[in-house]
Amino acid sequence: MNYHWDWGIFFKSTGIGQEIYLHWFITGLGWTVALSLSGWLIAMLLGTVLGVLRTLPQRSLSAIGTAYVNLFRNVPLLVQLFVWYFIVPDYLPEPIQTWFKQGLKPEISGFISVVACLGLFTAARVCEQVRTGIQALPRGQINAALALGLNPWKTYRHVLLPQAFRIIIPPLTSEFLNIFKNSSVASLIGLMDLLAQTKQTAEFTANLFEAFTLATLIYFTLNMSLMLMMRWLEKRVKVPGLISLGGK
Amino acid sequence: MKKSLLVSLAIASLFSTAQAAELTGTLKKIKESGTVVLGHRDSSIPFSYLADGSKPVGFSVDIANAIIDEVKKELGLPAIKVQYNLVTSQTRIPLVQNGTVDVECGSTTNNIERQQQVAFTNGFFKIGTRLLTKKTSGIKDFADLAGKNLVTTAGTTSERQIKKLNEEKKLGMNIISAKDHGESFLMLESGRAVAFMMDDVLLAGEMAKAKNPADWAIVGTPQSSEIYGCMVRKDDPAFKAVADRALVNFFKSGRVNASYTKWFQQPIPPKGLNMNFTMSEGLKALIAKPTDKSAEQM
Repeated sequence: MNYHWDWGIFFKSTGIGQEIYLHWFITGLGWTVALSLSGWLIAMLLGTVLGVLRTLPQRSLSAIGTAYVNLFRNVPLLVQLFVWYFIVPDYLPEPIQTWFKQGLKPEISGFISVVACLGLFTAARVCEQVRTGIQALPRGQINAALALGLNPWKTYRHVLLPQAFRIIIPPLTSEFLNIFKNSSVASLIGLMDLLAQTKQTAEFTANLFEAFTLATLIYFTLNMSLMLMMRWLEKRVKVPGLISLGGK
Repeated sequence: MKKSLLVSLAIASLFSTAQAAELTGTLKKIKESGTVVLGHRDSSIPFSYLADGSKPVGFSVDIANAIIDEVKKELGLPAIKVQYNLVTSQTRIPLVQNGTVDVECGSTTNNIERQQQVAFTNGFFKIGTRLLTKKTSGIKDFADLAGKNLVTTAGTTSERQIKKLNEEKKLGMNIISAKDHGESFLMLESGRAVAFMMDDVLLAGEMAKAKNPADWAIVGTPQSSEIYGCMVRKDDPAFKAVADRALVNFFKSGRVNASYTKWFQQPIPPKGLNMNFTMSEGLKALIAKPTDKSAEQM
């Protein structure tokens, strides 16, 4: 194949001010990290609440959790993003709508839509992990807590959730990595995340393979470090004798 | 009589063997396989798009057919099978390079960066980058955009130019990069941006598709001009020469005018939209004097 390789492109000027292409990758990485962490915060908070709801004995409450999971897990992420970006703002009441579309900087309104989209989508997945974590605990745990006179709130807060979270660290890790990869949908509404900057570099320099190779390395390094961090966390919080430790 | 026949036969056989020996690269591949692979787009209206069925139509497809006819003549083949291969703005260059696509005719700007990767045939269209805005917006030119939201399509030359202009003139514009022209227009229509910067001909296409084309106007001094060309593999001068010759003949014979009228000044499929886009002086000059250079090199 007759491809003109040039690894020097990252240090070439973009023709805009003093920038070089590498700067684009760095600001892109910044957006990717900001989007993913903000989305993860929402996903963890909402996902935990929903996961708990799904384990409650009250049918109506657990139905809310089930309905949420079914809705958000079965609609493609990209469709959800278009809903949050193009459709929902059009139904906001008037002064807010104009403010959202024109008053806010485009990257901020885009950011809000993507964070909402990623957070709510991932919440459905976190919800399922939390639910299975709680259900994996022996029935004796909840019975003992109630027998000791703890109310349901305290039972979850001090007995069930601390154990459940320790069990689900490995699957949560993969959700955590997923949100970083999923954040690349932002490139489709014009937010200049890592993928958008990669595509832009590829388009401007016509050196497609170099640009995507660098992006691959960045995503890989980022996710590898997150994975190692989560492994460390898992070790750090382990309680000897808990079922999460399995054979160890 | 007999002698002259013999001589002509001898010359003919000499010619054909000489030709067969000379064939290299893409021409050789086409001769051997009897097939040419044409790279086309799905929604570059009216250049190369799918109107109904799987065969692309448009102005660039007419150009591609002219090239294929010239290849047939060159190779002395009565018919060549045309295989259509859909490309996107991201896949078009690698697919030409790796041999999947023999010639790509869509709406690809010829520029210096791309010339490092592929070769361009003679240009077949010339555009200027301008603004599409609502008639009531009060925007007349680029200077009126200071502090406002502007949308352009990601990965286009307009994106680079406007970012540069914004930086140099300190206009303080907010630039949105949408993923394709349809989405850019949606941003404009929904009020997220007051103007959409793009190649004038593509703006005319978006305008023709709008619910009420009369609400919109194309304004502003063209920021730059660009020439569209077909892409072929680099280092294959024999094939490029045939393609270039096809374009020269297409221009000289006047076939270009009929094709232009058909795609730019008459209702086109699938919905019968009319682009109403008069031939620019720039394009007339290009047709009078074909070139494979990019606009910046001229």
